Amino acid sequence: MTQVSMTVNGKQASGDVEGRTLLVQFLRDAQGLTGSHVGCDTSQCGACVVHVDGQAVKACTMLALEAEGAEVSTIEGQANADGSLNVIQQAFQDHHGLQCGFCTPGMVMSAAALLKDNPKPTETEVRDYLEGNICRCTGYHNIVKAILAASGQDVSAIAAE
Amino acid sequence: MYNFDFVKPATVDEAVKALGDEDAQALGGGQTLIPTLKQRLASPSKLVSLTGISDMQGVTKDGDSVVIGGGTTHRVVAEDAADAYPGLAGLAGRIGDPAVRNRGTIGGSLANNDPSACYPAAALGSGATIVTNTREIAADDYFQGMFTTALEEGEIITQVRFPIPKVSHYSKIAQPASRFPLVAVFVAQYAGGVRVAVTGASNNGVFRWSEAEAALSQNFAADALEGLTLPADDMIGDLHGTAAYRAHLVGVMTRRAVTAAS
Ligand SMILES: Cc1cc2nc3c(=O)[nH]c(=O)nc-3n(C[C@H](O)[C@H](O)[C@H](O)COP(=O)(O)OP(=O)(O)OC[C@H]3O[C@@H](n4cnc5c(N)ncnc54)[C@H](O)[C@@H]3O)c2cc1C
Ligand code: FES
Ligand code: FES
Repeated sequence: MTQVSMTVNGKQASGDVEGRTLLVQFLRDAQGLTGSHVGCDTSQCGACVVHVDGQAVKACTMLALEAEGAEVSTIEGQANADGSLNVIQQAFQDHHGLQCGFCTPGMVMSAAALLKDNPKPTETEVRDYLEGNICRCTGYHNIVKAILAASGQDVSAIAAE
Repeated sequence: MYNFDFVKPATVDEAVKALGDEDAQALGGGQTLIPTLKQRLASPSKLVSLTGISDMQGVTKDGDSVVIGGGTTHRVVAEDAADAYPGLAGLAGRIGDPAVRNRGTIGGSLANNDPSACYPAAALGSGATIVTNTREIAADDYFQGMFTTALEEGEIITQVRFPIPKVSHYSKIAQPASRFPLVAVFVAQYAGGVRVAVTGASNNGVFRWSEAEAALSQNFAADALEGLTLPADDMIGDLHGTAAYRAHLVGVMTRRAVTAAS
């Protein structure tokens, strides 16, 4: 076992891990942050997406020890300070961007990474960016709509489709 | 996944030393190796992470070449090589998905030499030089069939040097489930001639299509490829596409790449 320390959602987090412990296992099992989901465990689905030093990564495909000293953010850290939903989360609710909700943590984290790099993406750019996030329920349409709405763009044309 | 020890050296020398241990293996971005370990297809006793080696990071322009550190992620290549070598940056920006591009590295991709990987096409199609901790290897000598390269045990790709072409383009048909190429072609026009490298198609891994290179060196236009076809004999045939379909796609992708480049 080796000690690992990182910042998770602004708070110091440390614990003993094995070489093979994945970042998502550290977050879920050691830190109790079960919002990051494991949908496939084969690096395909994106339900486990978190940010490491500001970049979206699949937490099931990164070793916990690789995150030593890193700033990690997860879905649990996304809400506003008063506990209300942030702009992206609220847009997912308003536009029915989720059904079962399993993919949603990864979708929200990917959306946040996209909007940080590209504050006003086109619909095509949103769809391209979500290539690594799989949703089995929504057909993506309302997810794309929610992200465009969260970016402050008019989604009435999309809504009419 | 079987357990292993993990070390993260700060220099190439320390990494080479750590890789000297029996059953030690290099870890780049882990976007291929971690899924492989989960399937228990590999069982190293020690992983030597290359992500902490600052000398292996980044994109620099050096005269007529772009030099990329072996530990540079696909995302950084997509962003930082865009001015110097847009064809290469365009390829890097279409590997997998954003999260894969934030971790996966050029060194890992070239070391792995998946028969459907993107970077081997750019390296072979540019006549790049693979620089390791011990030597320099020309791309023409480096790729030796699917998942096989000239790398020795414990050898680390520290840099890759790409001569910058006049124009270039990478045309890729993605296999929608894996997002790897079903077939993809990298075309680059140099003063000395045109290079055409094909990935995703052959059972022998990435290869140069020499007939197309000869035709395009005479006349760099999609029309120059009229009538040229590849035999389907050595092509990959699987549930995603037959060998004949892949052979056909090579022609289509080459024409598209030439049209986009010229
Ligand atoms: C969902 C998904 C989609 C993908 N889509 C594509 C795609 O479209 N196109 C594509 O080309 N790839 C794709 N990939 C693979 C991805 O590009 C990987 O990043 C790449 O193949 C391996 O790079 P890595 O840095 O992650 O290497 P790792 O997984 O860490 O290592 C791979 C192998 O290389 C060795 N190695 C690593 N770095 C070095 C080095 N510097 N020197 C010597 N040996 C080294 C390791 O020991 C290991 O054997 C995809 C992966 C995923 C998970
Ligand atoms: S659980 Fe990580 S990509 Fe599916
Ligand atoms: S809402 Fe069910 S998987 Fe996306």
